Amino acid sequence: MTSPGWPAALHGVRLHVVSGKGGTGKTTAAAALALALASGGKRTLLVEVEGRQGIAQVFDTAPLPYEERKIAVAPGGGEVRALAVDAEAALLEYFEMFYRLGMAGRTLRRMGAIEFATTLAPGLRDVLLTGKVKECVTRTGADGRYVYDAVVLDAPPTGRLVTFLDVTKAMADLAKTGPIHSQAEGVVRLLHSPATAVHLVTLLEDLPVTETLETVHELAAADLRTGAVMVNKVREQWLPDRSVAPAAGGRVDAARVRNGLSAAGLDLPPEVIDGLVAETVEHAIRVHAEAAALARLDSEPAEPLPRVELPLLLGGVDLGSLYELAEAMVDQGVEVRHTSGAHPSGVHAQP
Amino acid sequence: MSAAKIPPPLDVDTLLDDPETRIIVCCGSGGVGKTTTSAALALRAAERGRKAVVLTIDPAKRLAQALGLTQLGNEPRQVAGLPADGDRPGELHAMMLDMRRTFDEMVYAHADPDRAEKIIANPFYQTISSSFSGTQEYMAMEKLGQLTATGDWDLVVVDTPPSRSALDFLDAPQRMSNFLDGRMIRLLSSPARAGGRSLRKIVGAGFQLFSKAVSTILGGALLADASAFVQAFDTMFGGFRERATKTYALLRSPGTAFVVVAAPEPDALREAAYFVDRLSEEDMPLAGLVLNRTHPVLAPLSAGKARDVADNASGSGSKLAAAVLRLHADRVEVADREKRLLSRFTNAHPAVRVARVPAVAGDITDLDGLREIGSRLADGAAAEGRPAEPVRQAR
Repeated sequence: MTSPGWPAALHGVRLHVVSGKGGTGKTTAAAALALALASGGKRTLLVEVEGRQGIAQVFDTAPLPYEERKIAVAPGGGEVRALAVDAEAALLEYFEMFYRLGMAGRTLRRMGAIEFATTLAPGLRDVLLTGKVKECVTRTGADGRYVYDAVVLDAPPTGRLVTFLDVTKAMADLAKTGPIHSQAEGVVRLLHSPATAVHLVTLLEDLPVTETLETVHELAAADLRTGAVMVNKVREQWLPDRSVAPAAGGRVDAARVRNGLSAAGLDLPPEVIDGLVAETVEHAIRVHAEAAALARLDSEPAEPLPRVELPLLLGGVDLGSLYELAEAMVDQGVEVRHTSGAHPSGVHAQP
Repeated sequence: MSAAKIPPPLDVDTLLDDPETRIIVCCGSGGVGKTTTSAALALRAAERGRKAVVLTIDPAKRLAQALGLTQLGNEPRQVAGLPADGDRPGELHAMMLDMRRTFDEMVYAHADPDRAEKIIANPFYQTISSSFSGTQEYMAMEKLGQLTATGDWDLVVVDTPPSRSALDFLDAPQRMSNFLDGRMIRLLSSPARAGGRSLRKIVGAGFQLFSKAVSTILGGALLADASAFVQAFDTMFGGFRERATKTYALLRSPGTAFVVVAAPEPDALREAAYFVDRLSEEDMPLAGLVLNRTHPVLAPLSAGKARDVADNASGSGSKLAAAVLRLHADRVEVADREKRLLSRFTNAHPAVRVARVPAVAGDITDLDGLREIGSRLADGAAAEGRPAEPVRQAR
């Protein structure tokens, strides 16, 4: 079952992984979550890993470099920074760090050697990306406190999600020793700890809901924790409840509509009334299907899951409406509440 | 908005009926309804007399069932349930791409049995044939080439893999070719022998370090497997590349029509714009844009007026009337946004033909559903705001 709200168990989460079927709006939801978690003076980092520059588009800024940048101010004085992680740059970073390649590194990249190395072992790419995320999550400042109160990862879509997060399996492809290997062990600990939760964005449509429910199972099988189900684009339902089912079946009393409009001072020609009735039927079919989808989300998961709802924005998503979505999240209880700046058990920053 | 350009209409039936149209490639970013569009186009073509085959990549379960694709098979099967019409003896065949099997078959076709076994048993082959990010695209192209070569169909409709970017479809085969080219792997596995002196001179000692670093990270075993694979692959590679080049040429031929699919969302339309630009760079023939899941207004009444009246409605039938007005006002806003997004696209690409396909409430689960999409595709060229035809769920 799912139930509305943001339970206390999610307050202490430091790494929020956001995924969803393609087209469900996961980048928007991730951005709104980073804003919501930063509300009230916190600092969050929003990370993307697919080279899509989706964050820059949502925040309407220039493409992000491989560098943490302040991207928005949250309500109540918080701050959101953003980072677009690039696997090749991350690999070069390693090479620089451990092998002092110097200039040769850049030449190799131009030759395509770096891309070649990450292509050779597809798992390597994912290990490098999650490795960088882990470094951000566990980084501490001079005062010994975490630099970020929470990190929100705009992860690959659900189809690739578990492969992406299953670092242990990816490591099976790689050498059993070496710097990346030890880094990966830390990533595995973080991802499987209570400090990480995977949120799934869905629409109230059959296919996204099915994929969400399947992903909940896959995550559990991989020993990863599902956080909240984020229901996106929840539309206003205008029809009286009892009218929905008949209208969805095509039964709308056109005479009643016409009389009602007439009584309100609006006399419309029959073809316009027909158009309104046709729109009403479509609306009812959708509302009906959405109710069924919601019922599946409510009843099918074996374990109870929290659910956060995001309203449909009729005019589309722009920077202003991103704040609206963040506010809707805060209203539903989304927040960071750490006991202290200390490391949660099991997760330690590694230089 | 005042200067919004009206895009020229994409006349789907003319495209489908033209015997010169031999291949239709549906491309676009993920989640825009490419598979459904491909299947609907192929069905409509078949019902208009073509002998069509649709190659789907990863159809949703119920759409697959609608096409009779209940099990994986790497060959097309005829779809039952088309009306037997004496005048127009069309046929629809459908298949789902089995990436691994297509690759295996290709290896067997190009290498002697011993070598083929060796390649297929290599652990690195398993990685390449199942999880390399360009394999699906490469195999889709390969299968398209095969289907066309048989001459069994007069129209092949191809769905493209669900990639993050629509451009992956065009780039992946080339990337894979480069990857299998073997130069890099030889450099890594035996830098002393390969690469030529000039190259080593450029990167100098850095390269030795790099190859050492790579083998430390990836492990010697993986490199050895990869190297053995690429060597075994080498002899058949000529044939491989030749095929990819041929398929590319096929895509550029006048019998091919690209249909770019998008949903009225900024991301999807941005991808569509990239793709349109790229097609023209590559001299690939673009038929037009299919804009899926639009919400045209069916009654000419402004949102403001509708909301005003709804706020003041009272008396008999007023609740229903107010609800109808409010949902209409929402729809007007959605439609305005969709028009705005499309006109942004059209302003930048004024020559691209467009077909708008109004959203069907509910999933497409059978041939009737696909037929309905097909008829909306064919009507989609008509301007918005035409007299309201009650748009109901197909079925």
